[in-house]
Amino acid sequence: MGNVLAICEYSGAALRSSALSNLSFARAAATAHGGEVIIALIGAGANAASGHAAKYAGKVIVVEDGALEHYLAESYAPIIARLAKDNGASIVTATATSLGKDVMPRVAALLDAGMASDISKLEGSNKFVRPILAGNAYSTVEISTPIICVTVRQSEFEPAGEAGGAGTVSTAPVGEINLFGASFVRAETQKSDRPDLGDAKVVVAGGRGMKNGENFKVLEQLADLLGAAMGASRAATDAGMVPADWQVGQTGKIVAPNLYFAVAISGAIQHLAGMKGSKTIVAINKNKDEPIFQVADYGVVMEWEKAVPELISEIKKVKASR
Amino acid sequence: MKILVPVKRVPDPTQKTKIKDNAIDLTGASWIVNTFDEYAVETALRLLENGESNTRTGGEVVTVTLGPDDAAKELRTTLAMGADRAIHVVTDDKDIDSLAVVKVLQAIIEAEKPDLVLMGKQAVDGDANQVGQMLAGKLGWPQATFAATIEKVADGFVVGREVDGGVEYKKVPSPAIVTVDLRIVAGHSVKNGVTPATFAYQGEGARLPSLKGIMAAKKKPLDSKKIADFGVGAPAIREVGVTLPPARAAGQIVADIPTLVAKLANDAKAI
Ligand SMILES: Cc1cc2nc3c(=O)[nH]c(=O)nc-3n(C[C@H](O)[C@H](O)[C@H](O)COP(=O)(O)OP(=O)(O)OC[C@H]3O[C@@H](n4cnc5c(N)ncnc54)[C@H](O)[C@@H]3O)c2cc1C
Ligand SMILES: Nc1ncnc2c1ncn2[C@@H]1O[C@H](COP(=O)(O)O)[C@@H](O)[C@H]1O
Repeated sequence: MGNVLAICEYSGAALRSSALSNLSFARAAATAHGGEVIIALIGAGANAASGHAAKYAGKVIVVEDGALEHYLAESYAPIIARLAKDNGASIVTATATSLGKDVMPRVAALLDAGMASDISKLEGSNKFVRPILAGNAYSTVEISTPIICVTVRQSEFEPAGEAGGAGTVSTAPVGEINLFGASFVRAETQKSDRPDLGDAKVVVAGGRGMKNGENFKVLEQLADLLGAAMGASRAATDAGMVPADWQVGQTGKIVAPNLYFAVAISGAIQHLAGMKGSKTIVAINKNKDEPIFQVADYGVVMEWEKAVPELISEIKKVKASR
Repeated sequence: MKILVPVKRVPDPTQKTKIKDNAIDLTGASWIVNTFDEYAVETALRLLENGESNTRTGGEVVTVTLGPDDAAKELRTTLAMGADRAIHVVTDDKDIDSLAVVKVLQAIIEAEKPDLVLMGKQAVDGDANQVGQMLAGKLGWPQATFAATIEKVADGFVVGREVDGGVEYKKVPSPAIVTVDLRIVAGHSVKNGVTPATFAYQGEGARLPSLKGIMAAKKKPLDSKKIADFGVGAPAIREVGVTLPPARAAGQIVADIPTLVAKLANDAKAI
């Protein structure tokens, strides 16, 4: 039994909300392991977020170095493995973001650790529940290695609150870096003023039935009216109508907003896997027999061309009357 | 160029999930090649051919699976698609965990010495998304996960990775581990310097085996090995129970948009 090393992503001077979900798991795991939560912040600008991180745990370790300007699994994994060993960790955890999913199994390999990916629940010190088969079942796994690596599903863990008090911040050296010949080339990222798909309260998603990217504009109007994030089915992202990282589903983003609109989406199991944890689901589809209506709380059998503009004007009316 | 592709057979995801004796009931299940692995085989073939003239330019594609006797069928499917040779490590699925899969694949990779290992980003039964990264860590190889594009360059590969917020391009030398995402099978995703840049692959996924391919696959080498020869211990990760998620309460079809908005505002209090 030992401590919990929580790898936390940050943006500027603040932890990301995805990291707060990781910390709520980390606290539960620390109780189960009789240890403490240690936050690790790694990267070129890591120290900027240390003040914010210190509000959430008794100990924060910063590994900051210009050589870490771009995230690479090859450089991060050995640092995380060393921090785990040096700090008596029996659990190493990250959120199942693209970074967490990329680096954590590599860390597990370096530590000879058993790993549970994308977990939804902690059930005792070394027992974890995780969705399998596109969320059609939950599997409970028990891991018997001395150190365990975990990634947590953001939508299944409430963001942690501040702990009260300020933790100590220390630094650790980056150590020797061996990239095994890998290098960062460039990133093509879209900046959006909308909330992150991962923690938006409302998501508006469109599917193949939207027919082209131009038509998504009307969904974006609906999204902006509701302060929502945009989502899409695989058919829409593959067809290049919208960016790939809008994809909701088993192999895309897993979301659980208060309100989810599925517009012109049929409801394939792989899509449902990513959104059926939503509190209220609205489906708009012209075909009443589509499986999406089986998970929808409210279904409207109508063409989106008619339904969505009307929806926008009706919501505006309701908002104006308040 | 020699490319090794680990593939897993998975239960056909369109089947209804059933539980028996605290485990997934797979009696009578039908099986498929994990879709992401099928895409990895497709990617390997695209790297080694002129797509426009539909001709192989050399190289070798070797597929590997760990699974029961029956899994030979899915290996044959990869041979029928165009892989040249297959290795079957026979084991009961419940005797292995991801650590064992990694250990066996590592031994095979060290013996085969491929220039590239291409694999799925995740097996759609366990949805773990971890074997590729673990393998890279164990081998001390570079990794490029979630590949939506791959380009062969003089000294390795440039991979377009699907990450939160967009696409990140990463260069890895050979040998490397590359795990593929769905969009790797889009028309222009694989660039090998041979297929003309103007050529786009058609269709939604991987190629279907042709009749000729199926006949040829019967004669291609399929090497069967015993798991016992790899020194794999008892699993450290054990499944101790399985449950079905609670069903969602039945919803309702509403007649028109004003009714929907009223219900969202008053009943669900969602807007
Ligand atoms: C390994 C694997 C992983 C996958 N992962 C994912 C994933 O993560 N996420 C995902 O979404 N999919 C995923 N898929 C794909 C999934 O199986 C479906 O193919 C996909 O979700 C279908 O998208 P769709 O509903 O937009 O398209 P379709 O199934 O073609 O549905 C289009 C819908 O639009 C409706 N429509 C058409 N015109 C109109 C109109 N004018 N007004 C209203 N409605 C209209 C139609 O009635 C239909 O229901 C995966 C598949 C595989 C094999
Ligand atoms: N039993 C297996 N045999 C061969 N390859 C496997 C096996 N299990 C997993 N893999 C490979 O590892 C990838 C990721 O699987 P996973 O980490 O289990 O989601 C798969 O897409 C396969 O390429």
